[in-house]
Amino acid sequence: MKILRNFLDKIEPNFKEGGKLEFFYPFYEAMDSFFYNVGAANTGRVHVRDCVDLKRNMILVMVALAPCILFGVYNIGEQAHLAGGVMTGWRGDIVASMGLTLADGIVAKFVYGLTWFLPIYLVIFGTGLFWEILISMIRKHEIYEGVFVTSILFPLIVPPSIPLWQVFVAMSFAIILGKEVFGGTGMNFMNPALIARAFLFFAYPAQISGDKVWTVVDGISQATPLSKFAASVGPASTSFMDAFLGRIPGCIGETSTLCCIAAGVFLVMIGVASWRIIVSCLAGMVITAFFFNILYANGICEAPMCAVNPLWHFVLGGFAFGLVFMVTDPVTGSQTDTGRWFYGGFVGAMCIVIRNLNVAYPEGMMLAILLGNIVAPLIDYFVVEANVKRRSARYA
Amino acid sequence: MNGLLDIFIKSIFTENMALGFFLGMCTFLAVSKKVKTSIGLGVAVVVVQVITVPVNNLIFTYVLKDGALSWMSESFSSVDLGFIGLITYIGVIAAMVQILEMTLDRFFPGLYNALGIFLPLITVNCAILGGTLFMVERNYNFAESVVYGAGSGIGWALAIVLLAGIREKLKYSHPPAGLKGLGLTFVIVGLMAIGFLAFSGI
Repeated sequence: MKILRNFLDKIEPNFKEGGKLEFFYPFYEAMDSFFYNVGAANTGRVHVRDCVDLKRNMILVMVALAPCILFGVYNIGEQAHLAGGVMTGWRGDIVASMGLTLADGIVAKFVYGLTWFLPIYLVIFGTGLFWEILISMIRKHEIYEGVFVTSILFPLIVPPSIPLWQVFVAMSFAIILGKEVFGGTGMNFMNPALIARAFLFFAYPAQISGDKVWTVVDGISQATPLSKFAASVGPASTSFMDAFLGRIPGCIGETSTLCCIAAGVFLVMIGVASWRIIVSCLAGMVITAFFFNILYANGICEAPMCAVNPLWHFVLGGFAFGLVFMVTDPVTGSQTDTGRWFYGGFVGAMCIVIRNLNVAYPEGMMLAILLGNIVAPLIDYFVVEANVKRRSARYA
Repeated sequence: MNGLLDIFIKSIFTENMALGFFLGMCTFLAVSKKVKTSIGLGVAVVVVQVITVPVNNLIFTYVLKDGALSWMSESFSSVDLGFIGLITYIGVIAAMVQILEMTLDRFFPGLYNALGIFLPLITVNCAILGGTLFMVERNYNFAESVVYGAGSGIGWALAIVLLAGIREKLKYSHPPAGLKGLGLTFVIVGLMAIGFLAFSGI
């Protein structure tokens, strides 16, 4: 490890002002602080003296994502196997060259899933990093680590069969127009991963919705359980346990509610995610879903989705994933504690409203969170105003 | 009843004047710096919209529509005054705004001062005229036009207040020099419109 430190120290002058490679300083800085803690620490009368800075924060989120990623990759192979698919193309060749077939079990499914997931991830990661480095050089700021989280969240909320050029376009759109124009990580008002997904959703709906895209087997249509619910009343062909564990077709990382719960507990314990948002979002979802159940029972609301109970809403689609990783985004959510209650409740309620009433978009969670991001600043504004009013009344 | 509710919800969310049709952009972008002012303007737009759309509806049904004048005398039943529709609607809107302005000046001077030049500008706000023209195009009856006026006004007001909230938060952002101000606001409005697309289809 000493060698690395010495090497970094040796090349540092080149990147400092007046050095030959001055333009690339943000890149050097990022590498340096990736391997080593920043030497400087706050002293004197500053409040924050924690070693957990933005970078560590983001890395903790990525740790929390690990189970979702691993299970999602496995699930791609699992779904292909369940659909009776045969492996084709170079992906199949890779698995076959290891002497495995999909029926062989976890390893084969995992490897096959990896051959689908890795290209998507690498394209997204490369795109994000490219823009981030380029822009940080032009604008002369550090490389912010937010891009790492965005580029791992985004591949988890697309279907495995998504064309690579589309994720490239969407990621570029989200990074530049969703984040960098505002000044980079911490300045944006909408979650970039969600902007990317919404961009795909509205620009290329054929590749991200419907029933052809969720399983990576040619010619097999396999609807997500949510859209099955939306299409007809009655018990879905999916068992509750499968939906809870995540053995259902869907976006890569969001199928497993179990992994999301584990990650949620972890994030709340280390204080990265706000428990207020999670609790209120859950409450909003449950209450709204019950409300629609009652409407349905009384014949006021006829859409089949309205009959779905809150428990199913929780385990299907992107609700759990959005609940843990997206709504709790510390940048784009509400910043005040009171505001967080309203914000979470709004997103939970909106998710059910979109799922139940909007036949075209059964996967409502991501759009609900985008709406939440739009409303969050206004909620904060009113909370602050109310606070000002109360205090000025007290000291009047 | 169901139909009215449908029009109301639709005009607020699905067919939002500002974020669905991008109408009334000038005031939308210019007066959205502060939440307080934008609430005032939003209320003004709602009031103007609730008054002008039904009034224009009456004028359209009883004066301008093809054969609308037949209630005066049978000989007028072939008269179609539709061609002076635009100018009539604008006249009605201008008169309404003038009255509203005088009322505000007299009874709510604070709001009147806050709105300043933008209140007269409502006269030429395309969201207002757009509301009337949509009403004509879709052949709303009187009750529907009241609901539609309220809904489209509330939708526009909601959009501008949300935008103002976001802009107040983004005071602390760090955009490139060329994008500061209006440029960034355009980007924000675009992103908000993507968010509002969630309602399309309800």
